Amino acid sequence: MSKRIEINDLNVYYSNFLAVEGVSLTIEPRTVTAFIGPSGCGKSTLLRTINRMHEVIPGARVEGEVLIDGQDLYGPGIDPVVVRRQVGMVFQRPNPFPTMSIRDNVIAGVKLNNRKMSKSDADNLVEQSLQGANLWNEVKDRLDKPGSGLSGGQQQRLCIARAIAVSPDVLLMDEPCSALDPISTLAIEDLIGELKNEFTIVIVTHNMQQASRVSDRTAFFNISGTGEPGKLIEFDDTTTIFENPHVQSTEDYISGRFG
Amino acid sequence: MFSTSALVAGVAILVVLAAVAIFLVAESLPAFLANPADISSDGSGFWGLVGPLVFGTIWAAALALLISLPLSIGIALFISHIAPRKLAQGLGYIIDLLAAVPSVVFGLWGITVLAPAVQPFFVWLVDNLGWIPFFAGPVSGTGRTVLTVAIVLAVMILPIITAIAREVFLQTPRLHEEAALALGATRWEMIQMAVLPFGRPGLISATMLGLGRALGETMAVAMVLSPSVIISFALLQSQNPTTIAANIALNFPEASGIGVNVLIGTGLLLFIITLIVNSIARVAINRRKAFSGAN
Ligand SMILES: Nc1ncnc2c1ncn2[C@@H]1O[C@H](COP(=O)(O)OP(=O)(O)O)[C@@H](O)[C@H]1O
Ligand SMILES: [Mg+2]
Repeated sequence: MSKRIEINDLNVYYSNFLAVEGVSLTIEPRTVTAFIGPSGCGKSTLLRTINRMHEVIPGARVEGEVLIDGQDLYGPGIDPVVVRRQVGMVFQRPNPFPTMSIRDNVIAGVKLNNRKMSKSDADNLVEQSLQGANLWNEVKDRLDKPGSGLSGGQQQRLCIARAIAVSPDVLLMDEPCSALDPISTLAIEDLIGELKNEFTIVIVTHNMQQASRVSDRTAFFNISGTGEPGKLIEFDDTTTIFENPHVQSTEDYISGRFG
Repeated sequence: MFSTSALVAGVAILVVLAAVAIFLVAESLPAFLANPADISSDGSGFWGLVGPLVFGTIWAAALALLISLPLSIGIALFISHIAPRKLAQGLGYIIDLLAAVPSVVFGLWGITVLAPAVQPFFVWLVDNLGWIPFFAGPVSGTGRTVLTVAIVLAVMILPIITAIAREVFLQTPRLHEEAALALGATRWEMIQMAVLPFGRPGLISATMLGLGRALGETMAVAMVLSPSVIISFALLQSQNPTTIAANIALNFPEASGIGVNVLIGTGLLLFIITLIVNSIARVAINRRKAFSGAN
């Protein structure tokens, strides 16, 4: 499944520090949306508010709304744990559980909901998720080996397999390739192109070529100085952002004049 | 320069260890070889005397660990992952303080406070659960039983295990905790998925340190128990097996001749037991090294 994300006038605070101010944007289902901008402009912060992962940090809070298919993630009685089962996340550094085998990593999230999964169901899900992450052929003979024995790129695809195994509606990726070599990066980019048939994808990247290669829409964020809040400057089709931006600072950024 | 002094220190440790081992073996040999009748009046010999001591040592330490380990893990998790920072700091401080209490004080506390306090509870246990062999009567009138000793030992080893477990849990990479949370794990599920498995080798080491202290503890046991030479799993009776260390402390002053050799022989056994316990821990840690996250 794949769902629409609507962010309405969102402010994000770390205690008293306003990190992101007044962001509104709508992300359509089955699209890839890239967040770009200089570091410190709040891309990760904003991304984490889409599955309430920012709440892991003491003092972090939001004002405003984030709707997924019309339902406010921050509405009363909404459990962040449930939100995170619908909105999966892939992190900057690959983080498979080192104490688990490849197989157990893939089904780690599913087991939270469904402890007594039959072995054949589990086997199917492991294969399907690893296929989905383009990793099956590389690991099918060593599913019981530790996930930490894989290369960085394989580990990151294992993390993607783990995230999609719970069938989320949305997949968030925070610079998923920044710790990877170019070949692994290409493998992940190809994968993102396939995953968008099933999921709504939001990806933070500092790599402009990557944004233009993988995304349908691009959001450019900026800060006017340190200590100032990050703001959404421009949000449009990726081709428009890269070829014909409407705001001067967007053009400056993508043409490498700063940032 | 540094490597020389490291080498000297390493060799010195080995020499001391070897000297201790040689001393223990040489001094206990007469006890192993002696005529059984010379060792005890009933003629059961070295093993008749020492068997119950070995049993008592392991039994008391195992009971103490059984009580202490779940508590320690619980407290350590509470401090590392649940309590607000202020409370966690305060608690950590109290635990560290507990570690500094000398064992004589624990022994006194065991005799004067704990034993009288638990005695009515022991009576209740024997009356109501007496059909379970562990709780069989007749109940001790003083409350000074092997279970009381185990509780005292548990309190003594709790700070060590808790302090190490807390450090180990705090080392869980944030990355892995977030991985679990992002999959929709509750805090408790995150602890099960990321914190406990990651901390497993450290927990085993902590447990072994605690166990080592419980096995070797002398004062608290010697003070609380009036020992008998028996092997019994009953927890609440007035006849209780004692431990090797407590037995040495109680009997060494009056021992002479072959008696000294017997006591040293029991010391050798304690040394071996501790060695075995540590080797088991090492095997347990190494067996899952590939899954330890240490790379
Ligand atoms: N855990 C945190 N506590 C306090 N401030 C934070 C924390 N994480 C990020 N920030 C601040 O929020 C702002 C945005 O950070 P971030 O979202 O990481 O930016 P980006 O991902 O675009 O580089 C920065 O000023 C950063 O210093
Ligand atoms: Mg970031």
